[in-house]
Amino acid sequence: MEMLVFAGAAVVKIAVVMGVVLLTVAFLTLAERKVLSWMQDRMGPMEVGPYGTLQPIADGIKLFFKEDIIPAGANRFLFSLAPILSLVPAFIGFAVVPYGPNREIELFGVTIKPFIITDINIGILYILAFVSIGAYGVILGGWASNNKYSLLGGLRSAAQVISYELNIGLAIIGVLILSGSLSMVTIAEKQAGSILNWNIIGMGHGGGIWWWFPVTQIVAFVVYIISAVAETNRLPFDLPEAESELVAGWMTEYSGMRFAFFFMAEYANMILVSCIASVLFLGGYHAPYPGTRLPDNLSWIEGVAWFTVKVYAFLFLFFWLRATLPRLRYDQLMRFGWKVMLPLALGNIVITSIVVYFLRD
Amino acid sequence: MGSLSFLYFGTVIALSAILVVALRKPVSSVIALLVMFFHIAGLFVTLHAEFLAAVQLIVYAGAILVLYLFVVMLLNVKEDDSYQRQFRLGMGLGLVALAEVVYIVSAAGLPEEPIRERTTSAAAAGNTEMVGRALYTTYLFPFEVASLILLVAMIGAILMAKKGIMGESK
Repeated sequence: MEMLVFAGAAVVKIAVVMGVVLLTVAFLTLAERKVLSWMQDRMGPMEVGPYGTLQPIADGIKLFFKEDIIPAGANRFLFSLAPILSLVPAFIGFAVVPYGPNREIELFGVTIKPFIITDINIGILYILAFVSIGAYGVILGGWASNNKYSLLGGLRSAAQVISYELNIGLAIIGVLILSGSLSMVTIAEKQAGSILNWNIIGMGHGGGIWWWFPVTQIVAFVVYIISAVAETNRLPFDLPEAESELVAGWMTEYSGMRFAFFFMAEYANMILVSCIASVLFLGGYHAPYPGTRLPDNLSWIEGVAWFTVKVYAFLFLFFWLRATLPRLRYDQLMRFGWKVMLPLALGNIVITSIVVYFLRD
Repeated sequence: MGSLSFLYFGTVIALSAILVVALRKPVSSVIALLVMFFHIAGLFVTLHAEFLAAVQLIVYAGAILVLYLFVVMLLNVKEDDSYQRQFRLGMGLGLVALAEVVYIVSAAGLPEEPIRERTTSAAAAGNTEMVGRALYTTYLFPFEVASLILLVAMIGAILMAKKGIMGESK
């Protein structure tokens, strides 16, 4: 019975999270087109539904009924495997993201945490592990297509992902030093209080008269954001699918639902890195003011709302960058990753650990 | 339950490891190696070593194997028959290694329930903390030696890559 309740609760939580993420992915495509249009003084999609709000549904139906083409000379097995290898890791990461307060409820004698699917003690490493697996979809898709553009896109992606994954890993170490844990829930809980306790400002880690001393992670935050944009292959780092050079990069030969899988994986990855950024640097579900404004049994609404606001602010930043910045050249991308971001991230680790050592003594 | 999952992971690890060397296409070998790394990570999880499992995926599957794939795709090797000449030597060495394994197992005997009791204390204290403490106290010297060796390898790689560039400037 207890096992049944536990499994049932897990299935319900997974269904809700997957539903919300898929819905966000669908409407993110519309939001991107609308935001880009407004920034370029256009209307954007206007035909399907009022103000084009039903455009994602039309797009979905179109992709679903398109002919599924496997090019001659392609490796059929890897060609089919690549979109799946891309999509599954993008969704798996959401299992450890806390999107609401760390509450526990009793249900038929079983304790359930309603606002996170599972709180494992290596949460952030788990996400990093699966995000790095997502690169295989791109690389193998590019190779299996038996197309020069695809292969070039896949190779570019391989080099880019390795370079920028390293920076993501190093950027979060400062946060891990401050929170002393790899669990996403503990990291978020350590930033309780107000906006001053968020890791981006980092107050409240010293004892005695040094309580106010900020161990700011703003450098790590900037490094993380830039590397996350590169990791998700978004502009201005979209060299693996640069339209003006490589047709569509590794996706050139893909059509129909397989193409949709790659597309969904890209948007799901955007949401995932936004969730990580808000939990690690912006306090997750904590409000910028102390405590909550709603009565205690309703305060979870406030937490979920603040988390949503933070994630959507990051997603807006993705669109904003796309509308503003031109694409980098490949050598610029590599030089920037290894010679600017890597030293910044390493310096941040050294300074943070020295400051924390003296503050805690 | 525990031995059942061990049986699954062990079988897949052994099979995919054989496939890595048996498959003709280099890219297929890399895929087999990826499957093997995943199942090794799974084996770590069943032993309550979640930290090692995540590191296994991040370092080996996420970085090193991507580099392998990068090289294999860049060289675009169609089929590799070059190691066929060393077949006899390989078989000989393999037989020696197999004899060693058989001797060790028959001398020591297989434990009924492997390692399970010893890991419960590590799980209680927090896996990552235990690994960190062990690395920086008990095994500090080997740890530092290993990092020194890696540093030397890195400097060596840079020197070898720079040889051509510096030679031209002279």
